[in-house]
Amino acid sequence: MTEWLNVILQGVLIGGLYAMFAAGLSLIFGVMRLVNIAHGDLIVLAAYVALMVTQALGIDPLTSLIFVVPVMAIIGYALQRGLLNYTLGDDLLPPLLVTFGLSIIIQNGLLEWFTADSRKLQAGPIEIQTFQVMHGVWIGLLPLIQFAVAAAVIAGLQMLFYKTALGRAFRATSDDQAVAQLMGLDTRHVFAMAMALSLAVIAVAGVFLAVRTNFDPAIGPARLIFGFEAVIIGGLGNMWGTLVGGIILGVSQAIGAQIDPGWQLLAGHIVFLAILAVRPQGLFPKVWG
Amino acid sequence: MPDPLLELRAIDAFYGDFQALFGVSLKVNAGEVVAVIGANGAGKSTLLKSIAGMMPPRRGDIVFDGQPVGGAPAFDVLRRGIALVPEGRRLFPSLTVAENLLIGGQSRRPGPWSLTRVYDLFPVLAERRNLPAPSLSGGQQQMCAIARALMSNPRLMLCDEISLGLAPIVVRDIYARLPAIVAEGLSLILVEQDIAQALKAAAQVYCLQEGRIALQGNAAELTRESISAAYFGI
Amino acid sequence: MSRVEHATRSSRIGVALIGVALIVLALAPFWGDRQMLRLLAEVFTFVALASLWNLLAGYAGLVSVGQQAFVGLGGYLLFALVILAGVHPIVAILIAGPIGALVAVPVAALIFRLRGAYFAIGTWVVAEVFRLLASQISVLGGGSGISLPAAMVVAMAPSRQAREFEIYWLALALTAAVLGTIVALLRSRHGLALTAIRDNELAAQSNGIDVTRIKLIVYVLTGFGTAMIGALIFLMKLRISPDTAFSVNDWTAFVIFITVIGGIGRIEGPIVGTIVFFIMRQTLADLGSLYLLIMGAVAIVVMLWAPKGLWGLIAERFGWQALPLQRRLVLAPKTEEPGERS
Repeated sequence: MTEWLNVILQGVLIGGLYAMFAAGLSLIFGVMRLVNIAHGDLIVLAAYVALMVTQALGIDPLTSLIFVVPVMAIIGYALQRGLLNYTLGDDLLPPLLVTFGLSIIIQNGLLEWFTADSRKLQAGPIEIQTFQVMHGVWIGLLPLIQFAVAAAVIAGLQMLFYKTALGRAFRATSDDQAVAQLMGLDTRHVFAMAMALSLAVIAVAGVFLAVRTNFDPAIGPARLIFGFEAVIIGGLGNMWGTLVGGIILGVSQAIGAQIDPGWQLLAGHIVFLAILAVRPQGLFPKVWG
Repeated sequence: MPDPLLELRAIDAFYGDFQALFGVSLKVNAGEVVAVIGANGAGKSTLLKSIAGMMPPRRGDIVFDGQPVGGAPAFDVLRRGIALVPEGRRLFPSLTVAENLLIGGQSRRPGPWSLTRVYDLFPVLAERRNLPAPSLSGGQQQMCAIARALMSNPRLMLCDEISLGLAPIVVRDIYARLPAIVAEGLSLILVEQDIAQALKAAAQVYCLQEGRIALQGNAAELTRESISAAYFGI
Repeated sequence: MSRVEHATRSSRIGVALIGVALIVLALAPFWGDRQMLRLLAEVFTFVALASLWNLLAGYAGLVSVGQQAFVGLGGYLLFALVILAGVHPIVAILIAGPIGALVAVPVAALIFRLRGAYFAIGTWVVAEVFRLLASQISVLGGGSGISLPAAMVVAMAPSRQAREFEIYWLALALTAAVLGTIVALLRSRHGLALTAIRDNELAAQSNGIDVTRIKLIVYVLTGFGTAMIGALIFLMKLRISPDTAFSVNDWTAFVIFITVIGGIGRIEGPIVGTIVFFIMRQTLADLGSLYLLIMGAVAIVVMLWAPKGLWGLIAERFGWQALPLQRRLVLAPKTEEPGERS
């Protein structure tokens, strides 16, 4: 009994990470209807940026976020302004194929630069600290921090969306791009800000991923898929929904892995497909715009 | 005579290969109300879109306040002081009334209009400020669209068919507030199908027919016959 | 009488050239060496895969990044049928097609619920599920894969040379069949609907075209062809593993780049793209992962600056079409050759 409780708890906590993968994806889809195929590779890129920062400055991974988040945000802004804005329009193909090309470029660029070797970020003693919540049920400090950060990121995004001028601009642009321009919003800038924010979230997700597990240049696409599944399970356009989606995915994987290690990923995909079959709009659909 | 606030010199505008405007010239002086009338498809909305930067003209000049603006993107045109109240209102449906107004004020141009002032002008918007924009009635939505444009403190406001789909009493109500707006020193271009309202409100009238100016003159001096001739092309 | 005609002078020349090319290629075992045959057979499989993806994405608007699901399925069906049921490899390839189509039906039922770009990622999830399931099949080597037993290979043909000729002709025949089917489909009643969908899906819908049905037909047909080509590819490789069979890079990234570079939404595009792709591969292969990086960059550049691809540039410049696909109305008094374009 307590064994399964531990398994489910692990799944819930990893679900926070998946929700962070999903939040950035959901954000840019909401604002500009763009699905970024390179999303997962950008998460891995963030992990490598953190690797370089921690090695160069000798700081621990969580502190490195002070540098990794702005660096990724700037990359996001530049990427949108310099490339992705030119792909947006009525045709679906250009953004899809350009981000797919980007995904291949990032993967192979990382491979060229860092080789295919597995890496990991060392966060020090907090990695192994655990505490007991009830008899036989343990929680790791790091997974807990990660989950709390994920919840904070989502709450922050939610607040930004509904309480700030930038969020208002995001929602207005999502509603009606032409009229947003008429109201003095430079939508190229608004889109670039959305991508910057998406990559800031990616930066946080990438650092936690790198602390938790080994990473190499090829693991990006699987992260894209996890994020995507969490978005669809939770319901498009609902930030808190993505957290629930992430948790469902995490728990499914944890239970699958407990039954048979080969079933970890499969269980997640199957739950996703099952939800798609019975509730294609997701559990909590709410589309802003 | 002072320079006009807005001057269009022989502009041609196209939708792809289809030419919608042919050598249209037009002047608006500071503080003046100009009406543009014409049948459906005569190019009235295209004219406003060209001025607002949504559809840059292919040929001809648009000069605003002594500066050329033709080809500038819409957000830049707004920042220079031209605001459009688009046809069909087009409020942002996922924003509240107040948020719609704040988006209008995002450019932070200085001037007389603020949330308080537009709420004074349209008190019903103040009452409903926290409701989603689609919950307003048609007339209230039109007021909100006008207020949203005012929030950018424009020097020239372009109104595209503000009477469209509204009950006559609501139209009269909205038109009754235009003098208060003009009194703050801004100029208006009214695009209307409701000719009677347009003629009452405007000093100058231009009539468009198939993309060309068919008639122009003082609202008081134009005869009904000359207008219907220009309107219908008979 | 007025009538609708497909052919133009350039397409008549095109068809004649294709006929000559087919004969020359069919005779390749007599003029080419072993290396050449292997390379050509690989070129054929990519032409076929890219043409199928082009039909899916370029015409039906179903942008899939998960066609490796069907390539891998075909490969695994070949190995399963040959190893477990003792079926002749060529028969196994022919069986792989209908099974691929059969599997495509429930897959479509599921992922057609997703729109646009989300559909794309949905197809990828399905491919991942297939890959993970394949690694659970222990009789076929599980995660590490399996080779085709030598005895089964020898059973195909007694000598190595005869076997190589057989596989080469099979590759040529299958690719020709795939291309022929696509051309026939595009020239059929469905073809007009597909072109309408490609040009404007909403307009097609409002003109009474059952868009979903046609998309389903295309998806299932593509599953058929892709599974068959997948089986062929792994008969050529003689070894299969989940990672190679369901590789997104090999069977989707390359295929998409080929189609985009050659010209998406045009039947000639994948052929032109494959030729460019193999030239690039032969010249840049030494660069390792940099080569993939360059491919990605070229595809992005083409997508942004020449969205109709290389063939699109050529076709627009000269008004060419290699295959008689466009419909032109030929008016009654003009019984003579009406010229390049009407």
